[in-house]
Amino acid sequence: MSESFSMNTPLTAADGVPLKTRLQQQRRMRQLKALLLVLPLALFLLLTFLVPIATLLTRSVDNPEVVSVLRETTQALKPWDGKSLPAVAVYDALSRDLQRAQAEKTVPDAAKRLNMEQSGFRSLLQKTARKIPLAPEAGQSTRDAFIALDERWGDVSHWQVIARNGSSWTPYYLMSSLDLRQGADGKPELVPEDERAFLSIFGRTLWMSFWVTVWCLALGYPLAYWLATLPTRKSNLLMILVLLPFWTSVLVRVASWIVLLQSEGLVNGALLWLGIVDAPLELAFNRTGVYIAMVHILLPFVILPAYSVMKSIPPSYMRAAISLGDHPFAAFWKIYFPQTIAGVAAGALLVFIMCIGYYITPALLGSPQEQMVSYYVAFYTNVTINWGMAAALGSLLLLATLLLYGLYSRLVGANRLSLG
Amino acid sequence: MADEVLVSFRGVQKSYDGESLIVKNLDLDIRRGEFLTLLGPSGSGKTTCLMMLAGFETPSHGEIHFDGKLLNHIPPHKRNIGMVFQNYALFPHMTVAENLAYPLTLRKMGKSEIADRVKNGLAMVRLESLGHRYPGQLSGGQQQRVALARALVFEPKLVLMDEPLGALDKQLREHMQLEIKHLHERLGVTVVYVTHDQGEALTMSDRVAVFKDGIIQQIDTASTLYESPANSFVANFIGENNTLRGEVVDLAGELCDVRLHDGALVKARRVAMLGSGEVTSMSVRPERVRLNAAAAGCENRLQARLMEFIYLGDHVRLRMEVAGQGGFIVKVPVGEVDAAWQVGDMMDVGWMARDVRALDALAA
Repeated sequence: MSESFSMNTPLTAADGVPLKTRLQQQRRMRQLKALLLVLPLALFLLLTFLVPIATLLTRSVDNPEVVSVLRETTQALKPWDGKSLPAVAVYDALSRDLQRAQAEKTVPDAAKRLNMEQSGFRSLLQKTARKIPLAPEAGQSTRDAFIALDERWGDVSHWQVIARNGSSWTPYYLMSSLDLRQGADGKPELVPEDERAFLSIFGRTLWMSFWVTVWCLALGYPLAYWLATLPTRKSNLLMILVLLPFWTSVLVRVASWIVLLQSEGLVNGALLWLGIVDAPLELAFNRTGVYIAMVHILLPFVILPAYSVMKSIPPSYMRAAISLGDHPFAAFWKIYFPQTIAGVAAGALLVFIMCIGYYITPALLGSPQEQMVSYYVAFYTNVTINWGMAAALGSLLLLATLLLYGLYSRLVGANRLSLG
Repeated sequence: MADEVLVSFRGVQKSYDGESLIVKNLDLDIRRGEFLTLLGPSGSGKTTCLMMLAGFETPSHGEIHFDGKLLNHIPPHKRNIGMVFQNYALFPHMTVAENLAYPLTLRKMGKSEIADRVKNGLAMVRLESLGHRYPGQLSGGQQQRVALARALVFEPKLVLMDEPLGALDKQLREHMQLEIKHLHERLGVTVVYVTHDQGEALTMSDRVAVFKDGIIQQIDTASTLYESPANSFVANFIGENNTLRGEVVDLAGELCDVRLHDGALVKARRVAMLGSGEVTSMSVRPERVRLNAAAAGCENRLQARLMEFIYLGDHVRLRMEVAGQGGFIVKVPVGEVDAAWQVGDMMDVGWMARDVRALDALAA
């Protein structure tokens, strides 16, 4: 009896409101307060992080120029089979589009975009636009008039380029970033060998990043171990030395490496003076210099997470393994090292990710053979103002990073990622 | 057999900084099969002794022999001594069974033998079903049992334990004390156990070595330590103790007369080599003090003022002032408490001369 009573009658608070409702109200209030506290940061992240990334990703496939300038032409090309010359109506549409574009001064936008895919298109379009409206002679169609003006208008490939850009989205930039193009049959194919560039740049970026990471690990792991085993007072002092480079800008550090490493630099001077070498070593403006400077700059990113993980491993683990009969070296490898993997992998991942986006060190200390993807991002952004290509390269870098992170969390487990 | 020496320290000294000795001239024999506890406050050198025995510290001077061999230059991984640590030190990336198999694999045992021994090891600490778990999935008590099993599974002659129960709560600690004690009795292995908890030391040990400032103050069985402390430090460190300070006025064989500050005379056993006129600290255990009528037959009888009444369920502690010295504790079973006692009452306290020991003078 009493049981059914307690089950059927909802408990109420002192003022008669059901307890559940009251609890929910309180919980909602707490959540609201928490939300308000988080809101500024969330907005900041949205505006400075998520929106730019989203814009970057859209930019890499965005293709508004041709569609907006040659609106009627692209519309008219929709039913075209892509093999024979387009119908006269298409030429009429192009004539009208160009006339309007000439008035709106938007011809160069479309001309530049089309020129990317077929060189010479810029001059063709601008020349045609200046002559518009064409006055076809008697018995001549608009098509004949166009071809009479420039025989390239009778070439199917030029029309294919326009048709391909009939959508406001294009895979062109992304494909170009991977040395791919749309073949005549519309399927992706590799560009001719002498035009290929980006695959080898991506390969070089990954290869150099790999070696910088390996060197950082090889130098950073023993140092972190040493720091972790020292008494706190000494290790703090040394940790300041590790962090000291952070207090100067990367630019200054790279510049000082140039001073040190160039042919008449301090390092070569010392080596010559000591008689270790007869002629100055080539240390700067090649891959060696880039490796030296990048390892130096990125080393703390391996040391810090490794150190923090090692610091949390009490010495009794090694002692236990040794007391059980294991040789200290074997015990280190079997007991100590596995426990540091999470921190070391985090550091390595961090270094690798920073490497593949590195710009300033290769730009200043490397020859053209050392330039990595980010150099070309800067090149397309600042020099040729081709934001589509810059965004596409950036997106591919982002994708590479995400893939690496995915791989890492499969191997080590993301929840074990320890950045100290 | 029982008296055969397994480990001996001879003139062992240890210094970390070259200025002060953390272990001063240690001579210690550990008998085969005994449970020896090194007891002392922190910094007294007991852990350093254990680490020298394990091989993680080297003596600055002196020799350590183990089973007839000089141990000084044998590296720790060849000593074949089991060790249990306070934080268990179970390898977190290995399962319980893998942890136990670790020392066995190193000893190149066959697969089936390892499996058998791991199984027996787990059965020994009653964790048969947890072999596949990782240490992080076990409770503190379970982890410590695994650590025990791991230190015993390769059948070392000697097992060292460095405050193994320090991280456990009180109830579990008391349970584990008995468990370790029974394991020791069953296996007959020699155990050297370090702790700063005197209750733990008294419960488990065959002998206890009390350390202070790098010197063994006394090494004896638990009851001897408690009933016959050799000096004031041991008397105060082990169990509860009442100290009365006074001056020796007369020597009479085993006994001596001591004058307290208020002039009262106390007959005590002369333990320290004291001369007439020297200052002494006398030690009386609280449960040896008798009150009022019961005190009638005692050689020593004094007046005391009841200062505080502390009820503890099974007994009552009376804090009293005796001969002008406060903090004198008397334990009375609840059944013997007189309801008429009031704070401020004057009472007779008394104790037998054999129950009070005149020891070296404690710094006041």
